[in-house]
Amino acid sequence: MIQHEKLENVVIRFAGDSGDGMQLTGGQFTRTAALHGNDLATLPDFPAEIRAPAGTTYGVSAFQLHFSSNDVYTPGDVPDVLVAMNPAALITNLIHLKRGGTIIINDDAFDKKHLELAGYASNPLNDDSLSGYNVVRLPLTTGTLKAVEGLGLSNKEAGRCKNFYTLGLVYWMYNRPMEPTLQWIEEKFSNRAELAEANAKALKAGFNLGETVELFNARYDVAPAKLPPGTYRNITGNQATALGMVAASQRTGLKGFLGTYPITPASDILHFVSRYKNFGFLTFQAEDEISAICSALGAAYGGTLAFTTTSGPGVALKAEGIGLGVMTELPVVICNIQRAGPSTGMPTKTEQSDLFQALYGRNGEAPVPVVAPQTPGDCFWMIMEAARLATKYMVPVFFLSDGYLGNGAEPWQIPAVSDLPDMKVTFHTDPDHFHPYSRNEVEARPWAVPGTPGLEHRIGGLEKHHGSGGVSYDPGNHEMMTKIRASKIAGIANDIPELEVHGDQEGDLLVLGWGSTYGAIHVAVDRMRARGYSVSQAHLRYLNPMPKNTAEVLKQFKRIAIPELNMGQLSRLIRSEYLVETVNWNKVQGMPYTAGELEELIEKLLSGEERMNPVDEASMADAR
Amino acid sequence: MNSIEQNGLNVIADKPEYTAKDFSSDADVRWCPGCGDYSILAQVQRTLPRLDRKKEEYAFISGIGCSSRFPYYMNCYGFHTIHGRAPAFVTGLKVTRPDLSVWMVTGDGDGLSIGGNHMMHILRRNINCNILLFNNRIYGLTKGQYSPTSEVGKKTKSTPFGSIDTPVNPVRFALGCGASYVARTIDREPKHQQEIYEDAYNHQGTSFIEIYQNCNIFNDGAFSQLTERDVKDDNVLPLKHGEPMIFGKESDKGIRLNGLRLEVVSLSDTSVEELLKHDESSQELAHTLALMIDRPGMPTPIGVIYREERSTYDDLANGQVETAIERFGEGDLEKLLHEGETWVVA
Repeated sequence: MIQHEKLENVVIRFAGDSGDGMQLTGGQFTRTAALHGNDLATLPDFPAEIRAPAGTTYGVSAFQLHFSSNDVYTPGDVPDVLVAMNPAALITNLIHLKRGGTIIINDDAFDKKHLELAGYASNPLNDDSLSGYNVVRLPLTTGTLKAVEGLGLSNKEAGRCKNFYTLGLVYWMYNRPMEPTLQWIEEKFSNRAELAEANAKALKAGFNLGETVELFNARYDVAPAKLPPGTYRNITGNQATALGMVAASQRTGLKGFLGTYPITPASDILHFVSRYKNFGFLTFQAEDEISAICSALGAAYGGTLAFTTTSGPGVALKAEGIGLGVMTELPVVICNIQRAGPSTGMPTKTEQSDLFQALYGRNGEAPVPVVAPQTPGDCFWMIMEAARLATKYMVPVFFLSDGYLGNGAEPWQIPAVSDLPDMKVTFHTDPDHFHPYSRNEVEARPWAVPGTPGLEHRIGGLEKHHGSGGVSYDPGNHEMMTKIRASKIAGIANDIPELEVHGDQEGDLLVLGWGSTYGAIHVAVDRMRARGYSVSQAHLRYLNPMPKNTAEVLKQFKRIAIPELNMGQLSRLIRSEYLVETVNWNKVQGMPYTAGELEELIEKLLSGEERMNPVDEASMADAR
Repeated sequence: MNSIEQNGLNVIADKPEYTAKDFSSDADVRWCPGCGDYSILAQVQRTLPRLDRKKEEYAFISGIGCSSRFPYYMNCYGFHTIHGRAPAFVTGLKVTRPDLSVWMVTGDGDGLSIGGNHMMHILRRNINCNILLFNNRIYGLTKGQYSPTSEVGKKTKSTPFGSIDTPVNPVRFALGCGASYVARTIDREPKHQQEIYEDAYNHQGTSFIEIYQNCNIFNDGAFSQLTERDVKDDNVLPLKHGEPMIFGKESDKGIRLNGLRLEVVSLSDTSVEELLKHDESSQELAHTLALMIDRPGMPTPIGVIYREERSTYDDLANGQVETAIERFGEGDLEKLLHEGETWVVA
């Protein structure tokens, strides 16, 4: 008799070849968990190669999912269950697994060829290298082939159903309904009835396998989470960004335009937005990154709410265009879904190393506002905020998401449209005393669009005369205009929420972060607080300008630690802006911080084991 | 308020009657005295009053370079952008504002060197706009380096021993990119320019106009064979759709097709019937005519080299929006936010 055990938290990691469909498997489990009402977070972890040679370690694609009956802030530090479809998936993912965790192995793939491809000298299933784990060996390939036998599929097609077979098994383990996935299969393969049938059969056969093999001692239940009341959907950061763009277009009353060039991990935003044409939202796949920003500026010039999406290397190419946006004071939102750099770097891996690029990556004095979402769902709110600032202050605005937020998913409480901020934009139309570079109360210039009678004027990249907007080489005017462009941005501090502190408002340590590290910091701080440490969290969603009370918040704590997925960019900014000492915690591995890593860092710091990390000491020595 | 009919166009009822002066801004023109740009500016200003548009509907977009100062001198909407990228600004503007008449001003360096990539794509997409490419075969604003259209062996500040790279032929480039309208004119031919600008305006799609323009400071006389009274008629072939290709001071020479090559023949021993007739709709002929400037002894064709009616990108893009609205209804944000699966937490 199989027991039913109740669990609060489960972390599963599906790992296989790029062609094994692990992202799909993970995505389906995520949907089902979300529909069940669990809180969750996901971490897709895949290679840049679309189809690396089968069986190799560099072709391994993984998907990690954390679901819970409690609040979830991260995709989980260490998985409880690892599904390894082949030896390469095992060897590359075993380090992630919890000691004593369960490994579900596709026994069929552990042949000599695959073991060699993965770099195993001997079969780990036959020695004691997996002795600390609960290893469940199953013939997942042959099981699948048997399940879909007689449906007229080629061997290759039949083999490809094994991800659903595996998913069925995991559904059984966690007592999940198959209906959402069965429905999905039916829709997805509506043109290939035989594939629909095969995948459905594979899923059910996998589920039944759990019942019959008697390899598992228990099935697990993870109850729905107690989320605030409301209607929810599952959402990735890139999806939320796309929806936020459409919402911003609706709330500003402006037509939307996205000028962009495909780049990992930002392309999905284009894929989503290009479907929303009935919102009058145009997408333009430009010939390159430069054309993308320039087309967006051209659209903005014409009175459209314009966006461009890219990742770090693309921002490098857009720099001159963004500078023109600063000079001509046109509203445009630049979305950087950051990835590991420099150069091409690691396109599918996450990093936060483009903060300085956003702040300073242009010629001349060219300040722009910078905002950063902190969760996948927050992308919706912050892209709207970026659009609000751009149109209100007539300025290009940076939106810094990253690969982890962009591809990661969480349940998202759907807001009522009536609760969205009203960002109505009105163009300037009055020809009386019109000056293209006159200023309103927030130092923004008027948005006067072509087609408006009596406002014909010229703009461009040459320095503008204050007020008239004519070309000016006057030394005093240039200095004044430089200061106006800066003070306009600085003034935004009066128009954004104050920095909030999670935990005590004063104490021994403040962990200050920005962007996608929010979840891991939140969990680590809560755990340490539960253990009695005096530690609080503050998270910056506005990097330029920073909230007005930032200095005040920093003063309330004896020490400030700044964990970042870069070499200390926010930390340097905080030091230079506020003249305070900070402790740098830096991770540049293309992977997000886990809560456990941060918990350890906090503990070491507060128990005096570690003052600063070695990198920081070196850089401090350089500074001296 | 006027209601006039001019040049076969129904002019919109409330369009004021303009003169060239109405299109002249109050900015001082700062091109070098004697520059060919002055004539181009004047001819555009003389052409616009004849078109069926109000002043505020024109937007002139330029890149960087001498020619790109053009928008400052036009009393309508203007955007002086960054080097080589004007086509991208034009695209963003025209696609979102199809109601505007968008003109792009560029040069041989801006349009074919740093901006060659964007030029290629605006031409193939067929954005409905007019491109004025001022070709002076030299870099003027950076003070005299050779350009991508400079002839091989050109001695300039940056090529004291002569340039060594094969020049680009702008008309061939445009045709190769799939341009739907390609024409050539000369700064010293005011009437011809005006005809071409008006014709280009009426073409639906990207109208690419190469304008030979003299830089009297750094490349003076680059086109003197085509502009000086005593020689020009023997060196310029004015193209007229459907008419035989005749040129020469005495109209005594013609162009004949010999196999796959063009040849110059004398009308004293060749009948007009044997001459090639211009056909703007023939892509094959257009490519052949484009090669003439690279063939010694051949006259330089001016006029409309190629014209093709095909859908514009801006029409198609906005058409997709209309179709989507017809099919799915006007976008409903509430519905969009709830797309896919949702669940309720009570």
